[in-house]
Amino acid sequence: MAEQSTEHLDPADARPERLRVFLVDDHAMFRAGVRAELGAHVEVVGEASTVAEAVTRIAAVGPDVVLLDVHMPDGGGRAVLEAMRRTHPQVKFLALSVSDAAEDVIGLIRAGARGYVTKTISPDELAAAIRRVADGDAVFSPRLAGFVLDAFAARPDAPVADPELDQLTNREREVLRLLARGYAYKEIAKELFISIKTVETHVSNVLRKLQMSNRYELSRWAADRRLV
Amino acid sequence: MTREPPISTVTPPPRLYRAPEHRMAAGVAAGIADHLGISVLRVRVAFMVLLGLSGLGLLLYAAFWAVVPLRPGDTAVPPRRDVAQLLPFVGIGLGVLLIQVMVFDSVGAAGTAGWLVAIIAVGAGVIWHQSAPERRRQWGEAMPVPWLGAVVEESDRRAFVLRFIGGGVLVAVGIIGVAAVYSPAQNFDAVINGVIFALVGLAGVGVVAAPVLWRTYSQLRSEREGRIREQERAELAAMVHDQVLHTLALIQRNAGDVKMVQRLARGQERSLRNWLYKPTASPSERFAAALEQAAAEVEDTYAITVEAVVVGDRETDEKVGALVAAAREALVNAARHAGVLTVSLYAEVEPDQVSVFVRDRGKGFDPDTVEDHRHGVRGSIIGRMKRHGGRAEIRSGPGEGTEVRLILPISRDSSAAERNR
Repeated sequence: MAEQSTEHLDPADARPERLRVFLVDDHAMFRAGVRAELGAHVEVVGEASTVAEAVTRIAAVGPDVVLLDVHMPDGGGRAVLEAMRRTHPQVKFLALSVSDAAEDVIGLIRAGARGYVTKTISPDELAAAIRRVADGDAVFSPRLAGFVLDAFAARPDAPVADPELDQLTNREREVLRLLARGYAYKEIAKELFISIKTVETHVSNVLRKLQMSNRYELSRWAADRRLV
Repeated sequence: MTREPPISTVTPPPRLYRAPEHRMAAGVAAGIADHLGISVLRVRVAFMVLLGLSGLGLLLYAAFWAVVPLRPGDTAVPPRRDVAQLLPFVGIGLGVLLIQVMVFDSVGAAGTAGWLVAIIAVGAGVIWHQSAPERRRQWGEAMPVPWLGAVVEESDRRAFVLRFIGGGVLVAVGIIGVAAVYSPAQNFDAVINGVIFALVGLAGVGVVAAPVLWRTYSQLRSEREGRIREQERAELAAMVHDQVLHTLALIQRNAGDVKMVQRLARGQERSLRNWLYKPTASPSERFAAALEQAAAEVEDTYAITVEAVVVGDRETDEKVGALVAAAREALVNAARHAGVLTVSLYAEVEPDQVSVFVRDRGKGFDPDTVEDHRHGVRGSIIGRMKRHGGRAEIRSGPGEGTEVRLILPISRDSSAAERNR
């Protein structure tokens, strides 16, 4: 597949090439708006308005990043993620939703999205978020960091199934706190006297832990808040 | 109701009905004959033969009469269970009992009679439940004694509980009475056996009555669900009308004023979000709600966006209230002086302290050069936190934005009490 050739190039070579982005949203107006705003930064290679359309078109087009709406008929962004994740692991997903409810954010991240931004984001920030996701980083909004802290930290008495896997380390919690306070990765690195790469590693670890396990605690957390 | 059979492409599966025509007693035999496609005579003969087996035929007939509805549709008036039709049936029953008394012993006859009464009672109950509420009300009014109507009428929950308890007591007394009469103190085992068989009988009655009870219950439930859905829809419609449409109209009228439009849109977005996702809490009682209310006020007043993230929650007291007030002041400062559109607000409730961070990426200033007349920072933030046992730090530099850190230690006792609440 020719589309995947950028995956194998050096980052230095890939940089000048514009990122190939795919839009999934059931509102045509919103797709048109995003396409217009992002046109200067990335190449929009396709659009889809339904889950089924998205699954077939993404498989055919092979974009770098998919901007995914959360609430759509027939299962929403989560259905697309679950259909694509195993067959196309090289495609990165960035959720773009009007909702910042905890169950939507956590649900999408657990399904495999690499980041979650709300639709009030500015075009420049969105382009930066797409770039970060394409480079393999996680995009954490302050609110998402707050949700994770809430889930992991606010319940010290909750039983933990596998401490090694489930608990966030102190450092990761520290990074999340700063993220929730509105710090950028660069500022976190400065604050904690670590490198930006280390910050990114911590954030990726949080994301991995969020996806992989802690079913008990997260489901309990969700149930406590009547989210499920 | 029309007299024509309903037009339908799918033939419904044949159901067993009692036949209103060519009937001798209640139409059970005729109905079964119709259903099975055999002659009525054979069914009647079968019932007669079964009659010999200690009245089994009669029992079956009564059971069918009780549970099988009369075939509908042929008459304009909904079929009534004509009590007069039962007279020959009662006559046959009495005859059987008489024969049993003469030929066999009296105990068997008494058993048969008991079963008959039980089945007829259940049947009457089934009919009572299947009948329309309107007709039931008519029956209730026709009752000669008013309190009888009160007993059989379905009324409120307390009456239901009372009736349930009363019925339970009656059943218990009845079981014990039956056991005592049939085995008058021969030995304890006999009493136990009697009670066990009575319980088996009751279980049978329960099995017969369960579908009806279940259907009634599910009807009630679906009706209630429908009502709740309708109510929610009405509430949503009212909310959209009062808030969303109102805001949209205001935005159209103020389309030229960017700040105004942003303020309206932001306020509307927040109120919709709260309505959709947030559990409701009183700002005077909970810390998170109070903080979010303060943030909302600042948003509305200064047309900025406050990105609020609150982790954990606790009850408010005087100190926590002071913390919220200090945080509000920090937000106001950021909105007024930083020259930015977005301010971050992060609060975390930990077991031993509550911390709030207000951060902007605006102009910033040099904290050392703050003049003495700037009471906002000195009095409302730093002084207030000190008075309530907390502390405030302000980190800023020209061009670097500002972060206000408010930390309020809370004593172990109160936090433990909060957790155990």
